[in-house]
Amino acid sequence: MDLNLVIALGIQIIYGIANLALISLGLAIIFGMMRVINLAHGEFIMLGGYTVVISTNAGVNIWISMLIVAPVVVGVIGVLVERLLIRWLYGRMIDTLLATWGLSLLLIGLVTSIFGASTATTISPPLGVVSIGDYTSSAYELLLIGITVALCLIIFLTLKLTRLGLIARGTMQNEEMASALGVSTPRIYMLTFGLGAAISGFAGGLLAPVTGVLPTIGVAYIAKSFITVISGGAVILAGTVSASAVLGGVNGIVSFLTGPTIGEVALLFAAILLLRLMPRGITGRFFRKGL
Amino acid sequence: MTIFRDMRATFTIAVIGILFMVLAPTVLELFAIINLTTAIALAMLALSLALVWGFGGILCFGQTAFFGVGAYAYTVAAINSGDAATAILIAVVVAIIFASVLGYFMFYGRVSDVYLAVITLTVSLILFSLIRRTSGPEYKIGDALLGGFNGVTAPPLNLPWDRAYFLLPEHVFYVAMAFLIIAYVFTAWLVRTKFGRVVISIKENELRAELLGYDIRLYKLLIFIIGAAIAGLGGVLFCNGVGRVTPDVFNLYNSALTIIWVIVGGRGTLIGPVLGAFGIFYLTSALGTQSTINNNLILGIILIIFVLAIPKGLVPTVRDWMIERKDRRIQRVRERRIRTRRTRSSTQNAEGAGE
Repeated sequence: MDLNLVIALGIQIIYGIANLALISLGLAIIFGMMRVINLAHGEFIMLGGYTVVISTNAGVNIWISMLIVAPVVVGVIGVLVERLLIRWLYGRMIDTLLATWGLSLLLIGLVTSIFGASTATTISPPLGVVSIGDYTSSAYELLLIGITVALCLIIFLTLKLTRLGLIARGTMQNEEMASALGVSTPRIYMLTFGLGAAISGFAGGLLAPVTGVLPTIGVAYIAKSFITVISGGAVILAGTVSASAVLGGVNGIVSFLTGPTIGEVALLFAAILLLRLMPRGITGRFFRKGL
Repeated sequence: MTIFRDMRATFTIAVIGILFMVLAPTVLELFAIINLTTAIALAMLALSLALVWGFGGILCFGQTAFFGVGAYAYTVAAINSGDAATAILIAVVVAIIFASVLGYFMFYGRVSDVYLAVITLTVSLILFSLIRRTSGPEYKIGDALLGGFNGVTAPPLNLPWDRAYFLLPEHVFYVAMAFLIIAYVFTAWLVRTKFGRVVISIKENELRAELLGYDIRLYKLLIFIIGAAIAGLGGVLFCNGVGRVTPDVFNLYNSALTIIWVIVGGRGTLIGPVLGAFGIFYLTSALGTQSTINNNLILGIILIIFVLAIPKGLVPTVRDWMIERKDRRIQRVRERRIRTRRTRSSTQNAEGAGE
């Protein structure tokens, strides 16, 4: 194996890992902070994609629509959803699961009714290709890796250094104590849900040029993002990143050796095995005090 | 024997089912009968989830995985062996093996309910994307091409003693209905046995059941496997009703539907989810004929409304309402009786005083 192949393969695997982390972060934030498993997560990603396609076709610069419009729009939708649906169901984990599933179907149905079941006019990925010796890699994929790393850093610094992060961590650890100290926990939950939705929308927007958009495209993401978050455990950032690294790594290596179909099976088996060994996820055992 | 006295309602429903089975083909057209076979298959799936979730407390969001595995196993086995009876057996056994492996990892890993929901759902979705990719000619088991997105044509049922005799659609309906009634009576009996009571107690309080000495992991695994076997049998009926099996049995929409049947019909009952499956099946086929309102939209709204407003589901709500009404009537009768007695005794007293 020559060096260029190793580099190209390495980039491919890292891209797989970054991709997993990107689609899982929004879900992980909502789950880690609120103990709410949002089954409409895939649909938030889908809405982000639609926002980018529609606003780009309406003449907005593609970067603005990806980096700003998509997270804002989906974030606002997230806040609305929290106010109208989720807040009635706090503490009833299974009912939240069911209600967000209803929401997921509702959003798929709504988008299908408005935009039709087939793909909307797609946009092509900006940037070209980068060549590594005989191999090429899409510059956009490299950019996505960079953006995912930056996103993780921003979340880390926000949680670690800002006052908002402190309040959020406090609420996460002990809700009653936080509210006794004067923190409006319903507001924190509302913001958290909105933020998680915004990050999902952001991910959907970034991936839209690569995957195209369909009303049912959320399905393609939820399975992977769920097992990533569940395998990661309750600690938001350390969990998502470590689980993405393990599962994305397994998937990437097996896919390279045998093809994508077996790669996906390997990902599932790795996740089930991981959960058999660590039922509370990776962060149930390691990095328990992490972020 | 007390079990059978306990099951009077079950037998009443079973008799209604048998009457329906005998009368339906004389009244309905062939097309409706074929449709009904599909609905029965789905009702079987609903019944399996009613058992696993409503009585076992196991939040299995991927019950369709066993349904689909059963359907695929039947089809592949029937193509290879040409004998439907063997194929049905193989389908159920494959579903059982699949559930044992998956259940072992989940229950012996003590995966808690919400995680379990997500894992089962994920398994189902991964099967979906996996089988969708099997369109090439290299993906074949024996003589059966898996066919990827288009699926496989399922060979119809034949007689165990005469393989050349294929059952007609109305005969398949009889078989399906008979299976459903048997499965219904079996599950109703099962939840009243000692085993069933332990399973219910685990649902009510896991820790207490464990402290009383029951191995909750084993009980959960067993009820999960039984549920999977029923779901697998449902899959066999399904591919006989539809005539083919496609990867769509594993998709998110069908997993959601299964949950919706149980929610709408009511957790903790067996007939509720069965009726829910029939009701939603006819609702969606009625909606399917028009194109202004999307199916997903309606189902999403139904699910949200039930979770927020009628979380118990229809059958328990109606049953509670009827019990309450009956109680109130008894109460009223009793009050009236007391009142009349009191007035009578007071008049007697008055008479006594007059003498």
